[in-house]
Formats: sequence, structure tokens, C-alpha cells
Amino acid sequence: MSDESWYEHIGLMVGLELHQQLDTERKLFCHCPTVIREDEPQGRFIRRLRPTKSEMGEVDPAALFEFKKKKKFCYEYYNDTTCLVEGDEEPPHDICEEAIDISLTLANLLHSRPVDEIHPMRKIVIDGSNTTGFQRTAIVALGGQVNVGGKDIHIQTIAIEEDAARKIADDERNNMRVYRLDRLGIPLIEIATAPDIRSPHEAQEVALAIGMLLRATGKVKRGLGTIRQDVNVSINGGSITEIKGLQQLDMVAKVVEYEATRQENLLMIRDELRGKGITPSDIAMDIHDVSDLFVHTKSKVIKRALSTGGAVYGVKLSGFSGLLGREIQPDRRLGTELSDYAKFWGGVGGIFHTDELPNYGITKDEVEKLYGFFDAEKDDAIVVVAAHSDRCIAALEAVVRRAKESLIGVPAETRTPLPEGQTKYARPRPGAQRMYPETDVRPVKITAQRLKMIKKHMPEPLEERRKRFVREHGLSKDLAAQIVRSHFLNLYESVTEKLDINPTIVATTFLNTVVSLNREGIPVETIGDMQFERVFSSVAENKISADAIPEMISYLAQNPSATVDDVINATGLARMKQSDLQEIVKGVVSERIDYIRENGERAIGGIMGVVMNKVRGRAEGKTVKALVTSEVNKVIDGGLQQ
Amino acid sequence: MKRGEIGLGLEDSGYSGMVFERLSSLHIDIGDLISIERNGNEFTGLLMPRSQIGSDENHIVIKLENGYNIGVCIDERCIIGKKKSSTKRRRKPPVVRDVNPNLPTVSIISTGGTIASRVDYRTGAVNPALTAQDLYDSVPELEDYANVHAKVLMSVLSENITPSDCTKLVKKVASEIRRGVDGVIIAHGTDTMGYTAAALSFALSNLPVPVALVGSQRSSDRPSSDSALNLIGATKIVGKADIAEVMVVMHGETDDSFLYAHRGTRVRKFHSSRRDAFQSVNDYPLLRINDRGIEEISEPLLRRNAERIVKVKPKFEEKVALVKTYPGMRSTVVETLLDDEYKGLVIEGTGLGHAPDILRPVLKKAIESEVIVVMTTQCINGRVDMNVYRTGVQLLDLGVIPCDDMLAETALVKLMWLLANTKDNREVRTLMVTPLAGEIGMRSEYSQYHISSRKR
Repeated sequence: MSDESWYEHIGLMVGLELHQQLDTERKLFCHCPTVIREDEPQGRFIRRLRPTKSEMGEVDPAALFEFKKKKKFCYEYYNDTTCLVEGDEEPPHDICEEAIDISLTLANLLHSRPVDEIHPMRKIVIDGSNTTGFQRTAIVALGGQVNVGGKDIHIQTIAIEEDAARKIADDERNNMRVYRLDRLGIPLIEIATAPDIRSPHEAQEVALAIGMLLRATGKVKRGLGTIRQDVNVSINGGSITEIKGLQQLDMVAKVVEYEATRQENLLMIRDELRGKGITPSDIAMDIHDVSDLFVHTKSKVIKRALSTGGAVYGVKLSGFSGLLGREIQPDRRLGTELSDYAKFWGGVGGIFHTDELPNYGITKDEVEKLYGFFDAEKDDAIVVVAAHSDRCIAALEAVVRRAKESLIGVPAETRTPLPEGQTKYARPRPGAQRMYPETDVRPVKITAQRLKMIKKHMPEPLEERRKRFVREHGLSKDLAAQIVRSHFLNLYESVTEKLDINPTIVATTFLNTVVSLNREGIPVETIGDMQFERVFSSVAENKISADAIPEMISYLAQNPSATVDDVINATGLARMKQSDLQEIVKGVVSERIDYIRENGERAIGGIMGVVMNKVRGRAEGKTVKALVTSEVNKVIDGGLQQ
Repeated sequence: MKRGEIGLGLEDSGYSGMVFERLSSLHIDIGDLISIERNGNEFTGLLMPRSQIGSDENHIVIKLENGYNIGVCIDERCIIGKKKSSTKRRRKPPVVRDVNPNLPTVSIISTGGTIASRVDYRTGAVNPALTAQDLYDSVPELEDYANVHAKVLMSVLSENITPSDCTKLVKKVASEIRRGVDGVIIAHGTDTMGYTAAALSFALSNLPVPVALVGSQRSSDRPSSDSALNLIGATKIVGKADIAEVMVVMHGETDDSFLYAHRGTRVRKFHSSRRDAFQSVNDYPLLRINDRGIEEISEPLLRRNAERIVKVKPKFEEKVALVKTYPGMRSTVVETLLDDEYKGLVIEGTGLGHAPDILRPVLKKAIESEVIVVMTTQCINGRVDMNVYRTGVQLLDLGVIPCDDMLAETALVKLMWLLANTKDNREVRTLMVTPLAGEIGMRSEYSQYHISSRKR
């Protein structure tokens, strides 16, 4: 069975929600610039959020849980780039018109219908990532489609919303999470597709296609974290899993594949449990203190817990023996899923389960005692947690809840992507979005006149741009095709427009130099657009040679606070004066007179190599070659004269 | 919460003109599931009220299935249809609570604004929590600190509060105190909370228990609201602090860390939006309260004593004006007030207590016709001293009364109260410069004044 038909067989359905930061002058609801900062914040304040009571009495259970834990949130700010609006100390300003225009442009590209009037809403989010306790969001357009590989993928909505504050740290000791306000309020465009996607590969292609349309507007930010997507995955008999905040587009296929596998495996486990005749009532909240069994334990974790006033608690999971150790995603087992629940709801470090014991200092004898204590059969598993007793109980209660879910199938969850493409439990999937109107901001009417203006100023299609780059910039067909697909498209265009520089140099810098430096592990992500522009303008102004670009970029990446001039000074990459270069060439030639006489003009290559090594990017190969050729010829001619 | 409080009738839902006609002819009500067909596109959603600013006559707001609201432009060609009537939800019957004899009893009087509220995510309506039950539901911690009685006295935005509303409030607070409660909380809009605090400070003397005004700078429907912390703090203070004054209890800084209780005659709103908008002027706050407890910063005028009998003088003279002087001011501003038979005039003068010379004749005329004229400073911080410059001396000679370091707003309220509760103008003049409720201090200390600076 081919992959595609396999996914059809299991009923894979995928929908994407792409979130892309817009490169606007100001934030969505205030007049601060949209900059992310790494320097020391200039101040901080601490707040708490409380779940608001709804008429329906609904409170997000995860939110309520965090509130009950008296979680505090610390917000870091800068006087010059954040203001009272981000701090929830001033009402929001009117919506950024530029962000609306960009969204309308995108609506046009996706054939969506703009709404007549945009109504900002408050979407309750109380994990602290929004100082207000809600995210401001508004639908700009409905419907539409994007054609990917000959198939129409439908668009449900295009919305604009404010980005959340950036999580900096979890200060567990003070029960506090630290956020930075720099990112809060940067406009995000959210494009939600219908669940029309049927394979991991297709998911990837759709993500890339929408990503390219976004870049075509020329108004989006580039770099890690500027695009994030939520991937909703389900299979027949499974549930919709919402994988939130995936940052690399090229991981989409893997994430979808692993999630489909995970749901399949969970369904198989369910069937096995049912086959054994296990029912939910067999899995009881029968949690016991088993500290006595571990008085002489060698397990470091348990010893530490017991010596600091903690305890060991256990619970029996009937029929789970062998299943907890079952792999459901690469390197992740059903036991790992139980452990995620224990960590989230109990705040414990993890769990021990009998499928992996004896191990970790827990002996066979202790395992047997556990089985004895719980009166367990060979087919049962036992889960053990060591921590303060209230945490143990909360953790094991969560473990039992998750174990019961195994009999139903796949729990509806929000999950966090892991670096290799697997996912871990984040929180229960919230029910219907809890939204109400943002009454502090005026609704915005979308007039026919505005839509006309948008239509008139649509960005040049990528295909047109590709042709133009070949025609006007003299790029090779290959380079032109690559640059229009690149994240650097906008920067390439602005550099070549502003500066008198060979476009091929700019394109190869982005497509080759940056890529290969990245492969070498040099953090090129840290280099901002401004810095790139300055590097190129140094080349345009003849301050450095084009050959010096790789070394410049490499240095800048590793010294993010350095200016281009700093780099020129530090690396000695400044373009050499013609007379100094001539000196060097003459010196090299005079030391190798015999070599030149023996080899004639063939010596030029060797001499070039020596000179280039000495000037290290401070002069261009072309210039060096001309000088070397002339000096070598002098020697040859001189020899003849002799 | 000033906007967004909606009834479910179409009449007061913000729709008008053609759209209103069409909706009502189809018997469509707020919350009904409707469909709108326009240019071949169909929009389906719940009809939402159009109570927001900037509304016009030709848009309908609907809530889509995904929870978002959008506005749909309506013209003659649109086809509107009703798909389903709204389902009214029944509220849970209130739970009857036992009184906890170990906790103090606290009255919470609501004057408007919403110190606590509940959101209907179905319609987007924000409804105030008015009963004790609502308060317990919204701020469950209250149960740990007091047995709460909740009363709604009025529902007025604080900028609309009048002297006669204050009279009503004074009487209500007095009757609660006479019932023997351990403290009274007044939920009040923040805009004019300082004025009402001053009014209560003068009208209720010889207090046996504390009275705290409390409000919120962020509406209580949002998770980040300051209202719960302020309300809990005020409940702790009026329930157990050893003080018997009128206070304003609000955030002490932007953090949700501690609150200040300010003396009612010394407090002013200094910021239009920040949580820590209220500050004491020419004085220190009375109390600081955080998770760990209540700390006394300044000595109170009165300690808690249940035996004391409260004295009530609830009347206020409405014909008193607060006039701020400015360059280019004309005397007609004051003349108009005299024509309208004003009885008192508080001048918010410049610097040490000065007014343009051009006002002198009209002020002379006012004082000669038995209008009380008093001087405060628009510098807000510091004291008036009318002996330093000739302008001041001339005004003094006319009979203008300097108010020392009294806040202009407090001087206004005090003069309103004195004019309504004294026998003659001589007594008014004497009492105006006599401290009655901590409103005047004779020493100005260094730490009472703050300078803003930019931290780097």
C-alpha cells in the first residue's frame, strides 16, 4: 500500500493554522515598534490572572488549575520599545491600519471574502502570555482557497491578532513564569485552512505554499519564531489533536506522520485493553502511600524524596502490563504520556512504572513487594511517584484519568512539538473558544474604495519577479528561481533596489553563504536585516571586497551586538589600498623568481594562491589576478631580456 | 464596565433605522440564530447587539460558530432569515450560606461600575455581579475573610455622581454602621472616587469602624482586572484593621503585589489608566496591605471602637464651583457663577495661590456679597502661601481664604459640606482652615513628593 493510500485508509485529516508576524511600523494595538530585544530589560513587574466567571459557569480547567497554584507572572519591559498598552495599563489604541491592509492583500491572494466590518474580540488565554488575560483577535476575511499540487485546499478564515509575550523562563522556585513584553502586540496574520489535507507530504506543501504567498506581500518578518503553525490532526476513530506553535515549516510532514502513528498506536492499545476485558471501572483511583516498601531503597530519586519530607505513592493499572512500555512515537511510550500528565497536574519530576522496572536503583525485590501490596496480577502494571504527598496524589490522579482515556482511545489534547517531530502533552483541548467583544477598540469598516486600492496595489506575482530578476538583475535562472522562494526575498529586493551592487553577489550570499554558514553551526539567525544591509553597503561603497562577505557574516553572527565597522576593524577585512596590494604582490613575486622562470605563465595560479592567502578577503580576486599577471609577466619579460 | 452591558431586547441593542425595521418585522431578537444572504454569500450566526462606539444604521453584527463577531453590511437586496430563537439560560438558585461567627461582617455597597462581573460568552455581554452570591462566585476568596452583605444603592457612572447622590450614600453607610457591621466597603467608579471619599470623610465623623472606597482601573470582566485584589484587600482592612477612617483602597504599584489605603481627604487620581493611579498628596498613605498582612504607615485619626456613635451630617450645598485660573482668563467666568447665585468658590490658582489681577474686581464683588472664596494650588503638591507675592497679599486683603496644603477637590467638597451644615459664614471661614478630617497638615515632608525619572 502506498503512503497516500495508507493515510486514506486510516482517514487522516489535517488542517493548518499559520501564524505569521507582520513587518509593520507599529504594533497592532499601540504605537510601539515591532522589535524583539536581547539586551537587559529596563524594568519588570509581577501580576496574577484570575479565570473570569462565565454565565455558563465554564472555566478552562487548566487555567483554573494554574490559578489555584497561585502562579505568578513576571513581565520584563523596555522604556523605549514597550509602553503601558502592552503592560495592560492603558487601553488599546485603534487597530494598525497597515496590518489590515496586509491582511486584505493576502485575502486577495487567497480569493477570500473580506468582512464588511472588522470586530476585534477578546479570546481568553490565562497562561500569562497576554498581560490582559486575553488575546485580541479579529476576522478580516472568510473563505477562499489555495491550489497546491492541483488540489484546492480551502481557507476558513483570515484573522489578525496580537502576538503573545515571549516566554523567557520558568522560575519554579518562586512559582513564577517570566515573559518579555517585546513580542506582545506584534501583528500576526492567522490563516486557517479547512481539514482538507490528507497526507503528511501534502501538509508540508500547503504550509510552504501559504508561506510563499505571505512573503510575496513583502510585509512579513523573517527568522526563527516569526512564523508558527498549529497543526490539527485526526484519524478515523481518533480525536482532533491540536499541535501548537511549530516553528519550522520543514517539520510539518514529520509532525503529522508521527501524530498519525501515535493515534493509530493508541487505538491499538485501546483494542488490546478491551480485548483483555478491561473496563473503566477496573482502573480505580486507589492511590496508596507505599513509602514503607522503600525504606532501604537504593533509588536516588526516592531516597531524596523520603529524606526531604516526601513520600512514595503508587496506583495499580489493571491490564496495563506491557502496554506502558509500548512505543507510540519514536522514543515515546504510553508511559511517557502518563508521565506528562503527572508532571503537568502534579508538578512532579516524573513517574516510575513497572514496565521499566527493576531499574533506576529500584530492585526486583521492591517491584515484587509492590505487586504484593497492590494484590496485582502479572498482567497489571503499577505506577509509582516520589514527591511531597499532595503532589504525589495529584500526579497519580492525573495518571489514572489518562489511563482511563486509553480505554476510550485518543484524548482531545493540545500538544507541544518536540525538536525531532514528536509531541508532548500541553494541556486539555479548550472547548469552544471563550470570546467576547473588545469594547475598547472601534470596529473597522472595510469600504469598497479600500478594497479597490488594495487590488490596485497587489504585489508583483513571484513568477513575474523571477523573470524580472533574470532579465533586469542578470541572475541565472536557477538563482532567480531560488531567491523568489527564499525567506530573504524581501531583503534581496530592498538591497538590490537601494544599493549599487551586483545582484548575483546578494543572491549568492543569501542562498549559498548563509546556508552553508548555518550548516557549520554559525548562528546566522541572529543577524538582522539592517546588519545585512550594512554589509552590502560596505561592499557597494568599496569599503570591503565581496570576497570578505562570508567572514563578515560569520563574525556578525557570533557577535550580534557588533556593528559592521567594528567587524571591519576587528577582522582587518577593510579593502586594501591599491599601493599596499601592489607591495604584497611584488614581495611574493620577488621571493619566487626562480619558480616563475621555470614555469612561465603557469606560475600565475600558484602565485595567486599565495597572495590571496595573504590578503584574506581584503582585495578582490579579479584585481589580484591582474596585478599578479602583470608582475609575473615583468619577470618573464625581464628574463628574456637578460 | 461602562459599555457592553446589554439587555436582550432589540430596542436597546443599538440597532436603528432600516436594519432595526427589518429585524423587528422578522421578530428577530438578540441571540437568535440568523442567516444573511448577500451577493450570493451566506453568513450565519447569532445576532449580537450593536452597542459599540462608531455604529451606524446599515451593519448587522453576528457571532459566527467559531466565536468571532463580524459586521455584515445590509442593503435592500440582502435576504435576512431567522433560523432559531435564542435559548434563555436559567440561573442557578442562590445557595444559602451559613454565617461564619469567627469572621467579621462587612457591608459592600455598590454605587455603579462593576467591582465584580460575569461574562456571557454566548452573547458577549458583561453583567455586573450585584448580590452577595455573585460576589462570592466571582471572588471566592471573600468567604475566607468576611461574612458579606451586598447592597446595590445606585447604578451611576462615577462622573455623573452628584452631591445629592453623596447624601444618599452617607445615609446608607451610616445605617449600615448602626446595624453593627465591622466595616463598610463602597464599590465606586474611580473617576470621582477621591471626591466621594472626601465627602464621606466630612459627613461621617466619630466613626466606630472603617469605611473603604474601592474600584478598579481594569474592568472586572478581564482576567487581569485589579478589582478582585482591591476588593479582597478592602475586605481585610475594613474587617480587621485597627482604624476607623474613610479610606480609598487601591493598587500601590503596577504589580499585583500590595495595596495602599489612603486617607479620604488626601487622595487623588493621578493617572487616567494605571492600576496605581491613586496617590496621597502632601501626606503618606495610612496602610499598606499585601499577602503577609496589613502594615500601618501613618497614625490614624481614630482607632476602631464599636462603642463610638457615628455622627452624620449628610447635606451638601450644590452651588459651589471649582475654578482653575489660567493665562488669558477673563472675569466673565466668575461673573457667570455669581449671576447664578453661587455660594462658594474654590480657586485652583497658580503657584503659591495666585490669580490674574483681572479677577480681582469680581472676587471683591463676590466676597462683598457673602460668597465664600477660598484658594488652593493647581500645582497639586505643596502649600499655598499668599504672603510671599503682592498678588497673594492683595487677594488675602480681599478676604480670599488660603487652604494651606488642602487638595483643591477636597476644598471643594469641604466647602459644599460646610455651607450646608453651618449656621453662618463666619463659622464657614473658621472651619474651612481648621483640620476636621486630616485634610490639612502644617508640615511638608521631603518624601511626600515624587519625581518621575527614566530608568536605564
